[in-house]
Amino acid sequence: MNFILIALVVLGGIALVAAVILYICSKKFAVHEDPRIGQVASVLPGANCGGCGFAGCSGMADALVKGADSGSIEGLFCPVGGSAVMGQVADLLGMAVANSEPKVAVVRCNGTCELRKRIAVYDGLKTCTAVNACGAGETGCGFGCLGCGDCVSACQFGAIQINPETGLPEVDEDKCIGCGACAKACPRHVIELRKKGPKGRRVYVRCVNKDKGAAAMKACKAACIGCGKCLKECKFEAITVENNLSYIDPDKCRMCRKCEAACPTGAIVAVNFPPRKPKAESGVEVATAAKNGSENKEEA
Amino acid sequence: MKLRTFRIGGIHPEENKITAEVATKVAALPTQAIFPLSQHIGAPAKPVVAKGDKVKVGTLLAEAGGFVSAPIYSSVSGTVLKIDNAVDATGYRKPCIIVKVEGDEWEESIDRSDKLETVAAHPELTPEEIVNRIKVAGVTGMGGAGFPTFIKLCPPPGAKAECVIINGVECEPYITSDYRLMMEHADEILVGLDLLMKAAKVDKGYIGIEDNKPEAIRLLEEKTANNPNVEIVPLAKKYPQGGEKQLVDAVIRRQVPAPPAIPVNVGAIVQNVGTAFAVYQAVMKNKPLFERYTTVTGKKVANPGNFLVRMGTPMKELIDFCGGMPEGDNKVLAGGPMMGKALTSTEVPVCKGTNSITILTDSDARRKKPQACIRCAKCVSVCPMGLEPFLLATASSMHNWEKVEQEDITSCIECGSCQFTCPAHRPLLDNIRLGKTTVMGIIRARNAKK
Repeated sequence: MNFILIALVVLGGIALVAAVILYICSKKFAVHEDPRIGQVASVLPGANCGGCGFAGCSGMADALVKGADSGSIEGLFCPVGGSAVMGQVADLLGMAVANSEPKVAVVRCNGTCELRKRIAVYDGLKTCTAVNACGAGETGCGFGCLGCGDCVSACQFGAIQINPETGLPEVDEDKCIGCGACAKACPRHVIELRKKGPKGRRVYVRCVNKDKGAAAMKACKAACIGCGKCLKECKFEAITVENNLSYIDPDKCRMCRKCEAACPTGAIVAVNFPPRKPKAESGVEVATAAKNGSENKEEA
Repeated sequence: MKLRTFRIGGIHPEENKITAEVATKVAALPTQAIFPLSQHIGAPAKPVVAKGDKVKVGTLLAEAGGFVSAPIYSSVSGTVLKIDNAVDATGYRKPCIIVKVEGDEWEESIDRSDKLETVAAHPELTPEEIVNRIKVAGVTGMGGAGFPTFIKLCPPPGAKAECVIINGVECEPYITSDYRLMMEHADEILVGLDLLMKAAKVDKGYIGIEDNKPEAIRLLEEKTANNPNVEIVPLAKKYPQGGEKQLVDAVIRRQVPAPPAIPVNVGAIVQNVGTAFAVYQAVMKNKPLFERYTTVTGKKVANPGNFLVRMGTPMKELIDFCGGMPEGDNKVLAGGPMMGKALTSTEVPVCKGTNSITILTDSDARRKKPQACIRCAKCVSVCPMGLEPFLLATASSMHNWEKVEQEDITSCIECGSCQFTCPAHRPLLDNIRLGKTTVMGIIRARNAKK
């Protein structure tokens, strides 16, 4: 009986001492974590895609809370959650709603199998980085898409796929959240993150070839040849031509689409616009057809 | 007697030296010569001519663009057509000087006689003078990599050269340009070796030759019978014996440590036979580097052969001279089948490092379908650098750059033995090369920060 008592006293004593030490330690070395970090992190999508520039959502939450403490969360934006999530975050932190225009990945190459001839066959390792490192690839263009799909494997949202007919990646605008992972994965910087634009309308140069006009045309019929016709058409100074390549500044572009019409190679494209109004001649035809239709009705 | 060779790894690809007994012909002048500004390791050369300038054979076209760089001389006489981008061996368009060929007028300073000059007859040639002449003549390694030769002759602080090893191994299948050079210009090569030994201030020279070239071994042994300072070393045939580090191990039994160590850290300076010949011509004949020996070969090529080619000649002209491109699917390589670079265009010119144009046809040209790794470790047993290729390849494909750096990926000499031997036809070297380039970039960025 006695030794049970001794055991209890000894163990109880150790437990008491340990408890005191633990209590002191927990008070003295307490790590204060802002409870808001957890709250913010729970609002964020939790995809850990890195689209915000941080390693994961908790890093972003940390930065947001720190930003709120120093008075501004400007520049921090979750592309996956978009304005809705950022609104919730701003409410949580008592900040003004940070807004940023939604962006979308844009493939700046139109070198389809038809327009850009294959001059060689590459049968090595099928990744764009490997092809890019060992040569210019299967076509004569040293700038455009290599078509091995590094962007496809980089996308966590299944928003980008290689079209087997053209051999080029295509972005599903509904799925793309603009995290920019594909743009980072592309060894030739063919993919650009661009403003989605009102109603998804955008005008951009679908080429990155910096060769002189003749060389670029020889490699690909859809290449930008740096002729500068778009530059002359643009009334808003949105276009620059550098190193034989035209670029349209999305912030200055007013989407008049004059450059698209002027481009001799079709390198400039306008997407998600309604079809252009029919020209005058065809317009008359439409009108007469309608008239005939009404006449027919009357006869009936 | 058992022949010497390097100790770790190695493979025995089929030789296919079909042009070995074809005497060298002088290639026809091109109609237009293209001189890429980057034909060597290091900074690209800077043009010193402009559009419309008249040039002669041996006129300076571009000066060295930095310390690790080399000048480029014209191999033809004519007019500078333009300085523009043109496709080089990488397939990308790079800055080149393009010269329209008119006649064949040489600079008068070049000694075009065949008279053999010896080092003993020219006591005025100090080591510094020799190094300077090599530098001015734009001599770079002729074996393929193209490292400026003069830098190799100036050892970094702490390293001392003890011998010069001339690389007459030519372990790559198909290529025979070095063999023909040894057979046709043995005397000049030996004087070149004397010059290199004097420049490096050493009195021991070796010439390493594989035993599949018995004629060259016999010829050079005859010519050096009375010279105790030069030793001809017959080597057992094994690829990649022509790699600098493998050759040092084979000839003087010393192993070069992992990078950044270079052969001179163990006392050896390695130069190709072609480089020794170019050194002779540069120092003794005042002839800058603008011609080289090149093999045009392939099983289906109608008339394969060895050629003395003016640099800047488009490869297409040489291939046409040999009977044109064979029918079927062809793979054209600048270099041999093991380490050569596959070309996307035959408009690419012959450069300082183009030792061969190899045309592989049909099934030889295609790779086999890769299968799963069966863990046989053949790649490990053949790696001449003692690396683990399967591990490096897998880690590289997973972009685990820290891991591949730890595993010494920068030691890889890209010889391709692992991929050659892999029974599952896995693209080992593709992955390793990708990892190596990336890791080298990371290391450079890290050093730049310091």
